[in-house]
Amino acid sequence: MTTHYLVLSALLFAIGGVGVLVRRNAIVVFMCVELMLNACNLAFVTFARQNGNLDGQLIAFFVMIVAAAEVVVGLAIIVTIFRTRRSASVDDASLLKN
Amino acid sequence: MGESITFWVLAVVSVAAALGLVFSRKAVYSALMLGVVMLSLAVLYAVQDAPFLAAVQIIVYTGAVMMLFLFVLMLVGVDSSDSLVETIRGQRFWAIVGGLGFAVLLALGIGNAVVGSPKGLTAATQGGNVPSLAELIFTRHVFAFEVTSALLITAALGAMVLAHRERTTPKPTQRDLSRQRFIAFGKTGKNPAPLPGPGTYARHNAIDMPALLPDGSISPLSVNRYIARYEEARGTLSPEIARVLEQEETEQQRLNGHGTPTVAEEAADAGPDTEPMPEESVVAGRVAGPRGESAGESRSEEDGK
Amino acid sequence: MEPAEIIQHSGGAIGAAWLMIALPLVGAAVLLLGGRRTDKFGHLLGVLMAVASFVVAALSFMQLLGFAPGERRRGIELYDFIPGMAKVGLLVDPLSISFCLLITFVGSLIHIYSIGYMAHDPNRRRFFAYLNLFVAAMLLLVLADNYVALFVGWEGVGLASYLLIGFWQHKPSAATAAKKAFIVNRVGDFGLLLGIFTIFATFHTLAFGDVLGNASKASSGTLTAIGLLLLVGACGKSAQLPLQSWLLDAMEGPTPVSALIHAATMVTAGVYLIVRSGPIFQGAETAQLVVTIVGVATLLAGAIIGTAKDDIKKALAGSTMSQIGYMVLAAGVGPVGYAFAIAHLITHGFFKADMFLGAGSVMHAMNDEVDMRKYGALRKVMPLTFWTFLIGYLAIIGFPLLSGYFTKDGIIEVAMEHNAVLGWLAVIGAGITGFYMSRLVFMTFFGTKRWEPTAHPHESPAVMTWPLIILSIGAIGLGAFLVLGNRFMTFLAPAVGAPEELPAFHPFSLTGLVTLALVAIGAAYAWVKYGRAEVPAVAPRGSFLTTFARRDLYGDALNEALFMRPGQWLTRLAVFFDNRGIDGLVNGLAAGIGGTSGRLRRVQTGFVRSYALSIFLGAAVLAGAWLVVGNL
Repeated sequence: MTTHYLVLSALLFAIGGVGVLVRRNAIVVFMCVELMLNACNLAFVTFARQNGNLDGQLIAFFVMIVAAAEVVVGLAIIVTIFRTRRSASVDDASLLKN
Repeated sequence: MGESITFWVLAVVSVAAALGLVFSRKAVYSALMLGVVMLSLAVLYAVQDAPFLAAVQIIVYTGAVMMLFLFVLMLVGVDSSDSLVETIRGQRFWAIVGGLGFAVLLALGIGNAVVGSPKGLTAATQGGNVPSLAELIFTRHVFAFEVTSALLITAALGAMVLAHRERTTPKPTQRDLSRQRFIAFGKTGKNPAPLPGPGTYARHNAIDMPALLPDGSISPLSVNRYIARYEEARGTLSPEIARVLEQEETEQQRLNGHGTPTVAEEAADAGPDTEPMPEESVVAGRVAGPRGESAGESRSEEDGK
Repeated sequence: MEPAEIIQHSGGAIGAAWLMIALPLVGAAVLLLGGRRTDKFGHLLGVLMAVASFVVAALSFMQLLGFAPGERRRGIELYDFIPGMAKVGLLVDPLSISFCLLITFVGSLIHIYSIGYMAHDPNRRRFFAYLNLFVAAMLLLVLADNYVALFVGWEGVGLASYLLIGFWQHKPSAATAAKKAFIVNRVGDFGLLLGIFTIFATFHTLAFGDVLGNASKASSGTLTAIGLLLLVGACGKSAQLPLQSWLLDAMEGPTPVSALIHAATMVTAGVYLIVRSGPIFQGAETAQLVVTIVGVATLLAGAIIGTAKDDIKKALAGSTMSQIGYMVLAAGVGPVGYAFAIAHLITHGFFKADMFLGAGSVMHAMNDEVDMRKYGALRKVMPLTFWTFLIGYLAIIGFPLLSGYFTKDGIIEVAMEHNAVLGWLAVIGAGITGFYMSRLVFMTFFGTKRWEPTAHPHESPAVMTWPLIILSIGAIGLGAFLVLGNRFMTFLAPAVGAPEELPAFHPFSLTGLVTLALVAIGAAYAWVKYGRAEVPAVAPRGSFLTTFARRDLYGDALNEALFMRPGQWLTRLAVFFDNRGIDGLVNGLAAGIGGTSGRLRRVQTGFVRSYALSIFLGAAVLAGAWLVVGNL
């Protein structure tokens, strides 16, 4: 049973990873990152149950907090960039181009 | 048993939603899919003896974070949809290969990490889930907790700083706004008074019922153009309303001196376009354009369609 | 008889022998460094230095005669370079003093002649400076008492020859001829240097006394090697086969130069070297044989070339080549031939210089025209030149009782006794000499006038005719003086040794008579063809042999094919390798790096998603590694 949860977590993580690479809209990319974080949280909770102590849940809790803080700042950045550039595509930030 | 069924159902749902998140064209759909994933994960937490986390997931993640996402989507351009054409060569191919490989590797790796059956959390949560967690947070990991709170404050401050915009022009006072309205009236004949509030002249609450002026005639301002267009197309437009609309148009043409778009042209104009975020001047009330496109409110109405 | 011991000397004229070298050297330095300021008296200073040198030589000669024959080798120490190892000094002995007298006397006469010949040349002062330089270097060559000082003189005369051949620098043909002379000489010098190195390696000294005194102690193989190497050097300097190609081109220089350097003195330096190194050759039979073969081949080649040249100076140059071939032949025979070689050298110096200066006189009269087809019937117009030239001509063909008769026929007899084949070849050479020298004289002085319309031939001024007269007197009497009674051989014996049995003079020997007959036939044939018959104004096509002779026996073509072309290919190959190979390597490396960096650059697309992809794939690799390795 535990294994199933872990496989699901891995699957969600991989899907989130692919989404980060494929989508161009910055906000959707951010959402895929959130998906990856959630998948990790699931794994942590599963391991907490497996090992019989609450450390996993604790870590998942902290992850949620930090993810929330990250979302706040990240979205503010996106908004700021959008204001000046009028575009939310991540492909536009290509100043490092050769 | 129950857990098994729950798991399988939710697993399918969450994976489908995740795929929908990644592959849907419209950003809003992606956001909603993410919400579905989060909700199903919350249930899974609950099933795994983590009720506190389940609650926090719904309140914080789905409730706050997702709503934040949706708000920003609204600001940025809800209607924006990615084109399907990939600009970077090989990106999609390698992304999918990488993703598949990664999934397989992780599944093999993590999947083989556990041996034996789960110990269960009954022993760890002697006083209940929340008190046990609280005990852990506030005794052993209090430092991490404090630091995290500092992090949250910093994040909030950062967001405020980032999202703040300085005024480049002085804030228009009421006097300025009034002047602008009367100048517009002089130019285009637009009524400087605000639109009638709902219920002042209306006899009915329905949108498609025009309001009456004191002399009993139909107030052209209250005719909903889109519904009128719709009805005209279906042939059920009331003749009074049609006459009022025609008078309205000729009046406009005489005043403006150039062609005002007809109802049909207006409909064609107001197609789905990625309108930039409305300026503050909109909030302050900018110079009124041709009637029917007076405020951003109607536009967002359009965009929402 | 063996050569005498060298006695260290001081005092008297011999002690001041270094003045012979120093005076012309100072003259050259003053004239070159003084520049245009010395133009007015430059020629006189040059003549003065040459004459002063002659005075010192004459005084030294007279002092030498005062000693007993066994004490006539006098060494003078000049400078001690490395104590115990390298000493420089002069050696005054019969051999060197004969050369000194010849060089300074004929040199002074030619200096005087040049006053008139170069009167219209604005660079006359520079000419005299170079002539003085030449005299100084040549005297150093013959007076040196070791091989190194000889080599310094050797190079010095090569330099002077280069400067004088290319004197008219504005003429590209002259510049090319000077370069050619120098380069071909260089090849000879290379051989000479290798010879000197071998001598040093064998004997650990380079002084003549020590080397030549101990020559018999070295192995015959070593001596052969040294002899052949010295022969190479001699061939270069004396224009013997195979290094003869430069001599005819050297006629580009002014005629006094041709007379002094390329007739009387410099080209004889090779003969001097061979005679001086006599003991070395005597220990190596093979080397001697090669020397004689080279001599005979050259004398025939020079004669054949001389028959076909229409340029008077080139014809005389061919004859010089041929006569030096005689001298080399005699020198290769051994001690019995040395005296005849040097005697012929001295008489040749006189009559060849006489003829060259006469040719210069003719050219001076004919506006520097050298083509004999444009001469003709000049004897009435220039009688002095004609008679002096005639004397020289009779001397060279071996007309009885004139100098050439004694010395050249002496050589032929010596050669005949040594090796019959070589002897008869030398006889044939004499016959050809008779023919082409007669041809020259008849085309120039006899026949009908074939002058250009602008030519107004006249006799040369006195300053040019007096040297001719003096030289012709020498051409008449010197041969008899030297050879009769073996006077010269006895005189030379302390220096080079002498055969046990001194040869007697046979005026009516078989060889002598046959030689005379052949000469007469040759002269008669030349008279018929060129004296009596009409000489065509344009050279007729002639047979294959004529072309062969006109092209210098294809000597130049051979040199070009064997050395010049491969040399050019080699340089082109080297340049090709440098450009493609080495430069290609370096440039290719740079291009490779540039290209690679250009391609690598494109990895930086600037897109966040590409970077995210690489992070993702990297993480996947890490996960895979973790799986494989197990516990990290």
